[in-house]
Amino acid sequence: MSPKVRQKKVPIAEQKPEERIRNFNEVCLGYTMEEAIEEGMRCLQCKNAPCVAGCPVTIDIPGFIKALREGNIDESWKILSSATNLPAVCGRVCPQETQCEGVCTLGRGKDFEPVAIGKLERFVADWKAGSGVQSAPVVHRGEPKGKVAIVGSGPAGLTAAGDLAKMGYRVKIYEALHEPGGVLMYGIPEFRLPKAIVRREIENIKLLGVEVEVDTAVGRSITVEELRGEYDAIFIGTGAGTPRFIGIPGTTLNGVYSASEFLTRVNLMHAYRFPEYDTPIKKLKNVVVVGGGNVAMDAARSALRLGAEHVTVAYRRTQAEMPARVEEYHHAVEEGIEFCWLTNPVEYVGDERGWVKAVNCIRMELGEPDESGRRRPIPVPGSEFLLEADGAIEAIGQGSNKVLLDAFPELKLNKHGYIVADPETGATSVEGVFAGGDIVTGAATVILAMGAGKNAAKAIDEYISTKRLKAASR
Amino acid sequence: MHAILEKRLIAPNEYDMWVEAPKVASHARPGQFVVVRPTSKGERIPLTIADYDLKRGSIRFIFQAVGKTTHQMARFEVGDSLSDVLGPLGRPSEIKKWGTVMLVGGGVGIAALFPILRELKRVGNYTITVLGGRSSELVIMKDECRRYSDKLIITTDDGSEGIKGVVTEGMRVASEGRKIDQAWAIGPTIMMKFASLAAKEMGIPIWVSLNPIMVDGTGMCGGCRVEVGGEVRFACVDGPEFDGWAVNWDVLMRRLQQYKEEEKLSLEQYMAEVESVV
Ligand SMILES: Cc1cc2nc3c(=O)[nH]c(=O)nc-3n(C[C@H](O)[C@H](O)[C@H](O)COP(=O)(O)OP(=O)(O)OC[C@H]3O[C@@H](n4cnc5c(N)ncnc54)[C@H](O)[C@@H]3O)c2cc1C
Ligand SMILES: Cc1cc2nc3c(=O)[nH]c(=O)nc-3n(C[C@H](O)[C@H](O)[C@H](O)COP(=O)(O)OP(=O)(O)OC[C@H]3O[C@@H](n4cnc5c(N)ncnc54)[C@H](O)[C@@H]3O)c2cc1C
Ligand code: SF4
Ligand code: FES
Repeated sequence: MSPKVRQKKVPIAEQKPEERIRNFNEVCLGYTMEEAIEEGMRCLQCKNAPCVAGCPVTIDIPGFIKALREGNIDESWKILSSATNLPAVCGRVCPQETQCEGVCTLGRGKDFEPVAIGKLERFVADWKAGSGVQSAPVVHRGEPKGKVAIVGSGPAGLTAAGDLAKMGYRVKIYEALHEPGGVLMYGIPEFRLPKAIVRREIENIKLLGVEVEVDTAVGRSITVEELRGEYDAIFIGTGAGTPRFIGIPGTTLNGVYSASEFLTRVNLMHAYRFPEYDTPIKKLKNVVVVGGGNVAMDAARSALRLGAEHVTVAYRRTQAEMPARVEEYHHAVEEGIEFCWLTNPVEYVGDERGWVKAVNCIRMELGEPDESGRRRPIPVPGSEFLLEADGAIEAIGQGSNKVLLDAFPELKLNKHGYIVADPETGATSVEGVFAGGDIVTGAATVILAMGAGKNAAKAIDEYISTKRLKAASR
Repeated sequence: MHAILEKRLIAPNEYDMWVEAPKVASHARPGQFVVVRPTSKGERIPLTIADYDLKRGSIRFIFQAVGKTTHQMARFEVGDSLSDVLGPLGRPSEIKKWGTVMLVGGGVGIAALFPILRELKRVGNYTITVLGGRSSELVIMKDECRRYSDKLIITTDDGSEGIKGVVTEGMRVASEGRKIDQAWAIGPTIMMKFASLAAKEMGIPIWVSLNPIMVDGTGMCGGCRVEVGGEVRFACVDGPEFDGWAVNWDVLMRRLQQYKEEEKLSLEQYMAEVESVV
């Protein structure tokens, strides 16, 4: 390896922990142009580019980094946006450490860190937006090739919509909530993914000609039959938005939240700015968050920013097994969140007013690996202990959103209640209906949902084109 | 944006509104509700669809001004618009020929009861309606309900109209000499609780329409959870109607108190704001 290559990533500016725990502003402040170019210089421009293979939407990583470090940021952005419709989002929330950066050649060197691919992606996307030069969108002119309805405006739906519009389809997204974006809007907090950035990327997709109709729950505000009558194909990206509860005694106590409710109030409804915004959220002192994924980290750090004195994350396995992004875990630790490993709640204990006052927990130990390959947590008999809490937030996972599925009984579901779809094309058991994202895989990641949207867009194009060919030859 | 087409004060603090919402109007069924967000900084609140007009593409709701959001909506005038209306949500009521049905309504709950009554009558049930309120002027929609009721009983706490007493008195009178196959009760939580207890005593199955605090209304937040028959259910997608015998009323009433202090602050601040403008 060239001795000139710096071993560590160029450090990136962040809000100091003692400041950021009092605001919802973004934690990571991003690179300057000089820093980004310096970091870009670390890329070895590998011929085999393992990073590209590690990226679910196969961004030409060495390509965009090369253009960036040559100062050709416009070109760099073009390379990025030919593969992803949401680069500023991906740069912020993708689990890079297990994807592109996880396999980066540079990171294989002893004492070397991988290239900060995510941070560079984010830099290019932000620079492009800040430069004010909106490149003219590639709007398809002439007769549309067909009409496609997209159900749900999360990353899967947005990606499928953007790609289909680029191919020349007339696309309309139907979204149940009053703002498009899915989890990007209602789940992931402002301090990690500013909503202005999500809105900006959605505006870019609209510039491609995609229409977005909010406040429309497909299956209720409009039926599946109506959609099938009006469109040549349908893509379903309704996500895994139904909160699961452990189901222990005390779940209906006041102060016990699902992470979805807590985060929706805070993000989509802006409760952190109550009473300027009308939706309230409880100001809690001692909060116990149950779970170990990104959702748990987001809930814990939001509770802290809302003024909690003590926030404890109770996770039934250990740090090694926790699915949260490493960066977010580190940020949480810096911010003073406490972690209780090998701990699971067994009951919420209420006071005389019906508010939770403590969480009764049990210690766990790890046994044999289960089907997920992770060692199964087993309760240690007699090890119960109380964690004092006036608020408890469950972040133990989500199930499929049923509003559409209940109204579409022909659609085949698997035993977990998710849509059965071809992993390559997203084709479902119903002709002309495609699906992707969390509603097929169960709760996963932004980039996997985008990958599914991308593949489905290709498959939908093929499906409609062949249908038209057949009709023409008849 | 959803334009307000008509607005009327129909009882002290109770408003009757027709709002443009063509998608909702063309799919609405009795028993369903919408989630309304009046302004871009507003809260999402659920309101029952009291009626719908396919031709005009509009829906009707009747609401009581209780907190900031409903007071703010009360100040909207014809021509103003609500920012968001999502629906219809929830499972429709089970409309079929039951035989004899009893419909018990209290306060603004009467608005939710009305479309159910009308449909039950349309499919050929014998309908007995019991409407209750603190006083005569608070018993809304009497004439509309009378039109679809074979028998209409009114109860008032102060005796200013009909039977002096609460709706359960009316229920007892209604069931005299007639077997009732199915009942509905919609109104304040405490009224639904006692109506359910009374119905159980009389051996009448009863549907109630629960009104927990909601956020999205699409099964996504879990905030609307209620306990029915010992199980946790989401009122927005599993309900809002549930078997009144099986509802855990104490849990529901307690959960409705969750944001009391915040709601008070919000209303006080809003009232101070509008008063300073006037
Ligand atoms: C708090 C939180 C933090 C996360 N953090 C990360 C992270 O850091 N990195 C990462 O990669 N992933 C993260 N994830 C996971 C990631 O957000 C999801 O995997 C991804 O958003 C799934 O995308 P999707 O398009 O399938 O669905 P969603 O984003 O869930 O969007 C589905 C949309 O469909 C709408 N919808 C549902 N039913 C209907 C209907 N009937 N009609 C119309 N619209 C409907 C919903 O309202 C919603 O807007 C996080 C998830 C959560 C909840
Ligand atoms: C399915 C359903 C149908 C409803 N139909 C009607 C109707 O037809 N007419 C009508 O007047 N009211 C109806 N309600 C109640 C109505 O939603 C509340 O009165 C309204 O949300 C109060 O908002 P606010 O900001 O004015 O008052 P707030 O000050 O916020 O609250 C006052 C009280 O209203 C209740 N409440 C507050 N927020 C909500 C919420 N998001 N969801 C449910 N209840 C809440 C609480 O008990 C609270 O103590 C219905 C509720 C549900 C769940
Ligand atoms: S693997 Fe790492 S060093 Fe190689 S091209 Fe990709 S980012 Fe550059
Ligand atoms: S209101 Fe959110 S799940 Fe019912």
